[in-house]
Amino acid sequence: MMIARLAFQSLRNRWVTALLTVLAIAVSVTLLLGVEKVRTGARQSFADTISGTDLIVGARSGSLNLLLYSVFRIGNATNNVTWKSYQDIAKMPEVSWIVPLSLGDSHHGFRVLGTNTDYFTHYKFRHGQSMTFAAGGPFKDLFDAVIGSDVAEALHYKVGDKIIIAHGVGSISFIEHADKPFRVAGILAKTGTPIDRTVHVSLEAIEAIHIDWQNGAPIPGQSVSPDQVRKMDLSPRAITAAMVGLKSKLATFRVQRAINNYEEEPLSAIMPGVALQELWGLIGTAESALSAVSAMVVVTALLGMVTMILTTLNERRREMAILRSVGATPATVLGLLATEGGLLTLAGVIVGTAGLYVGLYLARPYIDHTYGLSLAIDPPRPDEWLKLGMIVLAGFVAGLLPAIRAYRLSLADGMMVRT
Amino acid sequence: MVDLLTAEVGQPRESVGSPEAVLFTNVKYTWPGPSPFAISIKSFSLGHGEKLLLLGPSGSGKSTFLSLLSGIVVPDEGEIDVIGTDMARLSGAARDRFRVEHFGIIFQMFNLLPYGSLIDNVLLPLRFSRTRRARVLAEGTLDDEARRLLRALGLDDNVIAAAKAASLSVGQQQRVAAARALIGAPQIIVADEPTSALDRNTEGAFLKLLFDQSALAGASVIMVSHDEGLAQYFDRVVRLDDIAISTREARQ
Repeated sequence: MMIARLAFQSLRNRWVTALLTVLAIAVSVTLLLGVEKVRTGARQSFADTISGTDLIVGARSGSLNLLLYSVFRIGNATNNVTWKSYQDIAKMPEVSWIVPLSLGDSHHGFRVLGTNTDYFTHYKFRHGQSMTFAAGGPFKDLFDAVIGSDVAEALHYKVGDKIIIAHGVGSISFIEHADKPFRVAGILAKTGTPIDRTVHVSLEAIEAIHIDWQNGAPIPGQSVSPDQVRKMDLSPRAITAAMVGLKSKLATFRVQRAINNYEEEPLSAIMPGVALQELWGLIGTAESALSAVSAMVVVTALLGMVTMILTTLNERRREMAILRSVGATPATVLGLLATEGGLLTLAGVIVGTAGLYVGLYLARPYIDHTYGLSLAIDPPRPDEWLKLGMIVLAGFVAGLLPAIRAYRLSLADGMMVRT
Repeated sequence: MVDLLTAEVGQPRESVGSPEAVLFTNVKYTWPGPSPFAISIKSFSLGHGEKLLLLGPSGSGKSTFLSLLSGIVVPDEGEIDVIGTDMARLSGAARDRFRVEHFGIIFQMFNLLPYGSLIDNVLLPLRFSRTRRARVLAEGTLDDEARRLLRALGLDDNVIAAAKAASLSVGQQQRVAAARALIGAPQIIVADEPTSALDRNTEGAFLKLLFDQSALAGASVIMVSHDEGLAQYFDRVVRLDDIAISTREARQ
């Protein structure tokens, strides 16, 4: 008790350096916990990229590939799914709903997705949240487009703007569907998913802009005007993938097997949750690196504290000598410095933890809006408490380092004051 | 516990242990390390209530003598008897406790914890010594006794109220240090050139006040110094060279 009081008074006497040390530890603790929060948030957001969909069906390929192109709009499909297969799956008794996805075109580097209006109601993310419109609404006309919030922001689009879709998926495309411009009918609210970077049009529109095309190029001299195309049969011949919702989750494996064994064409059905886990397993190593770095920062802060205590040690030899002269044992001196390290670290941990929550509270709306990352403001979990406890313990042990030196100085000096 | 404490407080000072407060017999000590400094003291004594000046030039082993006297180091040979106790027989922690129970120590300078108040500094030994604490509490409150001593040593209330020890002049700091050494009436006051930073007038006044209070507490005073001019204030003067042989071996 008395040791703690002396340590506290001594620290108060050197409050500037003590404060800076506490701040350094606090910042490191905030970082450590913050990284942890972002990690959890990112993992959760990632896992929540798609929910409510039981199966994703595409041409036969690996599950990661299918997930990447159908959900994350990365890479390309190996093959298409015929419209007949789509209808066959839709007719399966276990299937509650099915949404077609047709990819292959782009607009200024943003993927164009052909689908139907069910997409907006069935695609769920972040604990079953549905998409909402920030402006406008779903497409009604053949040449209506619904754009994600990132698209709208990056290209400064508003409802009513005309856009031209390019053939292919590069950010610079030489072949455009310039003869059939689209009108922005709706802008989706930020979701924090690849939806934000997607231009949605109807499946019929995809068919319409390719009606006078063959083998990836316009057929010379066979231009069909937008008005003419409206009168033509625009039922799709093929799609890229489909999202399937089942009446009962229990049927998932049965339907998956049935689709995988579909005889008319080779198809793959994947469970998005499982594939997402697989994918996270691949990119999750980055999160470990983050944790390692933040742990290093904590170590650095503690080293800074040891340095601080060590540098003040020489001027404090007189303090030690005075304490020895009034009966303090070298062990008391040892305890004094170890307590000092412990107190500084404890203060740092408290300030850092408080800082994290204040920071979270202030930055959450911004992070959510900008990165679509929802960070939970919840009390530290048991493993985080453990980490905090370990840091305080480490501070105490680190304080022992200068303490042992002080102990030895104290033994050598005795009560003789060296100045 | 309380009975024991009061019993000890009640004991007349003269009857404790031997007739001498301190007795060195054939003491030999060598500092460890690359340049060993060895000191050998055949015999030295300090009587109860005696005021003794130990004279010696710098480097003559005064610090080593004080370290031996206060039990910071234990002699390699011989016996140091303080109030009837051979300190070499005590464990390290017990010696530390013994020191605060029986010694009041005043350094040359930098005596005070700069962050403590004057009262805090004066009361510091009482945090470690139960006996001295009990002695003070038998008479009144800790705070009153600290103030009484500070006043008796010539510090007025304005100075005592000063927040930090660091703001005092050297002379004032030495008075606070003296009050700290005296509080709770330890048997032996050890002073290591406490007046070296003071001018002649202040020095005389300081020593007079110190001796008044040590006499009141019945304590012996041993002061080490190189200043022969101080001899007039003491009962007895001992030259370190006369009682001790010291050798310093050259560094390898």
